[in-house]
Amino acid sequence: MLLIAILLPFLAVFLLPFLVPVLQRKVGWAVALVPLFLFAYFAGFIPQVAGGEPVIVNYQWVPQMGIDFSIYLDGLALLFALLITGLGFFVVSYAVGYLGEKENLGNFYSFILLFMGSMLGVVTTGNLLVLYIFWELTSVTSFLLIGFWFHREISRYGALKSMLITVFGGLAMLAGFIFLYLITGSFNIRDIIAQGSDVVAHSYYLPALILILLGAFTKSAQFPFHIWLPNAMEAPTPVSAYLHSATMVKAGLYLLARLTPALGGTPEWFYLVSGVGLLTLCYGSFMAVRQTDLKAFLAFSTISQLGLITALFGFSTKLAVAAAAFHIFNHATFKGALFMVVGIVDHETGTRDIRSLGGLREYMPITAIVAGVTAFSMAGIPLLSGFVSKEMFFTASLALPMAGVAQWLFPAMAVLGSIFTFMYSMMLVFNVFGGKSKDPSIRPHHQGDNWSMLWPPVILASVNIIIGLFPGLVEKILVLPAASGTWGAPVVEHLALWHGFNTPLLMSAIVILVGFLFFRGQQAVVSFVEGVQNHRFNLNVLYDKSLVWLNDVATWLTVKQMTGFLRDYLVFIFLWFALSVGGTLILKGGLNLTTLDLSPVGPYEIALALIIVGGALGVVFLPTKLAAILSLSGVGAVVVLFWVNLRAPDLALTQLIVETVSTILFLLAFAHLPELKKEVVAKSQKLVNMIIAGASGLLITLLMVSGNATGLFDPIIADYYLRESLPLGGGHNVVNVVLVDFRGIDTMGEITVISIAALAVYSLVKLRLGKRGNAE
Amino acid sequence: MSIAIGILFTTGVYLVLSKSLLRIILGTSIISHGANLLIITMGGLKTGGPALLGQGIVSFMDPLPQALILTAIVINFAMTAFLMVLAYRSYADLGTDNIELLRGSDDE
Repeated sequence: MLLIAILLPFLAVFLLPFLVPVLQRKVGWAVALVPLFLFAYFAGFIPQVAGGEPVIVNYQWVPQMGIDFSIYLDGLALLFALLITGLGFFVVSYAVGYLGEKENLGNFYSFILLFMGSMLGVVTTGNLLVLYIFWELTSVTSFLLIGFWFHREISRYGALKSMLITVFGGLAMLAGFIFLYLITGSFNIRDIIAQGSDVVAHSYYLPALILILLGAFTKSAQFPFHIWLPNAMEAPTPVSAYLHSATMVKAGLYLLARLTPALGGTPEWFYLVSGVGLLTLCYGSFMAVRQTDLKAFLAFSTISQLGLITALFGFSTKLAVAAAAFHIFNHATFKGALFMVVGIVDHETGTRDIRSLGGLREYMPITAIVAGVTAFSMAGIPLLSGFVSKEMFFTASLALPMAGVAQWLFPAMAVLGSIFTFMYSMMLVFNVFGGKSKDPSIRPHHQGDNWSMLWPPVILASVNIIIGLFPGLVEKILVLPAASGTWGAPVVEHLALWHGFNTPLLMSAIVILVGFLFFRGQQAVVSFVEGVQNHRFNLNVLYDKSLVWLNDVATWLTVKQMTGFLRDYLVFIFLWFALSVGGTLILKGGLNLTTLDLSPVGPYEIALALIIVGGALGVVFLPTKLAAILSLSGVGAVVVLFWVNLRAPDLALTQLIVETVSTILFLLAFAHLPELKKEVVAKSQKLVNMIIAGASGLLITLLMVSGNATGLFDPIIADYYLRESLPLGGGHNVVNVVLVDFRGIDTMGEITVISIAALAVYSLVKLRLGKRGNAE
Repeated sequence: MSIAIGILFTTGVYLVLSKSLLRIILGTSIISHGANLLIITMGGLKTGGPALLGQGIVSFMDPLPQALILTAIVINFAMTAFLMVLAYRSYADLGTDNIELLRGSDDE
């Protein structure tokens, strides 16, 4: 049942082709039923999971490799599942109003359902490899969603960028998982967590940690991998609201949380995760201030908020983990609502440029209130849910488990990042909705709020107020179970609006005061930020350059390698053969010339071998084609004699016929082929040819000698055939029986080859030269 | 024997690397001779009689390599014939047997 629930979004996609033509725009309501039902379904697990009893279901998938499709639904997974389905419901409902008739609705809703299913898979699975598969599915489906308006070049650019960066991280993460498997011998998350102390002590710990963090950081857009997120804003606004509030970017946070008990608690984890998180918090909020596009504002704000949560996971204290779980919930609600509000503004006025917007509160008062509530919550203004989690963040930053410079640096960074957060939140509200309209040509299409799109953000904003006033509502049922799931043991913290007069409150006061001053003097701050960050060299330029560079190298390599000359390809093949086989032979010490099991060699054999060698050399050096062909036939004839000498009568007979026929054939074609010219080749090329040829020949000789000397097998490997030829095959000539009986199918293949060759020869000879018709 | 086969391969590879189609075909023939001899050599030389039962022979040459070689000889023949005709056709069509000058015909 649980499995069907998780796969339900995937299954629902198959209904869309039938529903879209019937329901048209209303199809969104049908789609919204899926997350609504799932939300209710998952909510039904709250009592059990909050009671400390996770739901575990196991389906065997590839038991040979230890890959089970196991479902592990604890507090952490449940929190994410509820956010994914809950936000999913609001986003899909919102999209009904946002997307017009002409959009490709079928594509949109199937992508979003597929994405939802992938996200659910990521957070509910108990197996790392299954997690990896769903993880990459989210990358692929988010690529489709971001590139939904694929006719716009910039959408395609953003989609490709997000895919390249997150898939790069995903592959690194897969390598990290394999390291974990090497350490623990299991892909099962619970087994790995149970061996947490071994993992941390193992010498593979650091590589595993770094690789997995790469996966989490790229997905969660942490510095310096954040660059894909602003470009991903080219997606339709419902997609941005979904991907960047509750889902895609939260997958990275989920991974951090999930593996905290196995990987966390060490100095490496602490400094890497909280360091990167705090840096991202400061950098993201700092960069947000100078944006002019409202969605870019929210993009950088998302980056910085993700940094905050990442830092909390890095702190690895009980309080920090509880704060992180709480802030994940809050961020999903306020950021989802903010994206929707921005989408409404864009939809109604046709622009998102903060420089030309203003005074919108007169046209859409309720929208303005929603924007105010959610932005204030993000800024951490008291009485809203964001304030509670931000207070916890400050408290956690003051109670770090590690001593040293981090003790004062990390709280300072927390405050600094929060000041800019406060500032851009204020700008978002007052510059757009407050003041006077800056550009009279830009005004909403009609007076009043657009309720078809407004009701989802209204509900989300009221959640912010309610939870802000009564944080206890979610404390027991969502936040603490999630924190316990992260921590690996029960976590008891108290979420409260009022903690008394203490340092965190002082920090909040500083943030609000300085943030307000910055907001008043925003011109100066923005020009300062622009002075620091210039356009010529930044990470985006690096990304673009590296793509161009990659293309150039690939082109260069292809041109070098794919010359179109047969000779060059052969040179590559033989060189590679000589180097790889010869290299292995020498490196592995396979060269063995001592224990040869040689047969007696008489003068007869020596004479034959000499003739063969002479004939072969003759083919090379004889000046006319007639002589060369005859020389080759000579070699063939001597090989026949060899077969006789080596007790292989069948071979001798066959070879004799074949040699005769091929000589005739050669001579038939002879008349039509040009005389061998003296090869005009550069000395150096000739030398290269000779070296390659000589190396191949030498290698073959060495291989044979070593093979003989090593003697891995019995002298005769065909015992079975010798024994069974008469009873089973009914023939005395074992070679013949092997060919036509034991290996009859092979021989049939051989006959097929001959027939095809014969047909080809016939058609080539008979073929009239079609269009040109100038031959013969 | 090993040395002779080594030389066969050397000359074969050298011929294959040259520009003339005819030489390339000759080269492949020589390489296949070398390969056949290699297989039978690896099976052990002159360690017994021919693999014919019922003739009172107790020790046999290994029949398996021989069966392999028999197939190889025939296929090689087909290959050579095909290449030969291909060379003939391409020369008739394109007027050269220098592979560096074969750059596709106009009506490709």
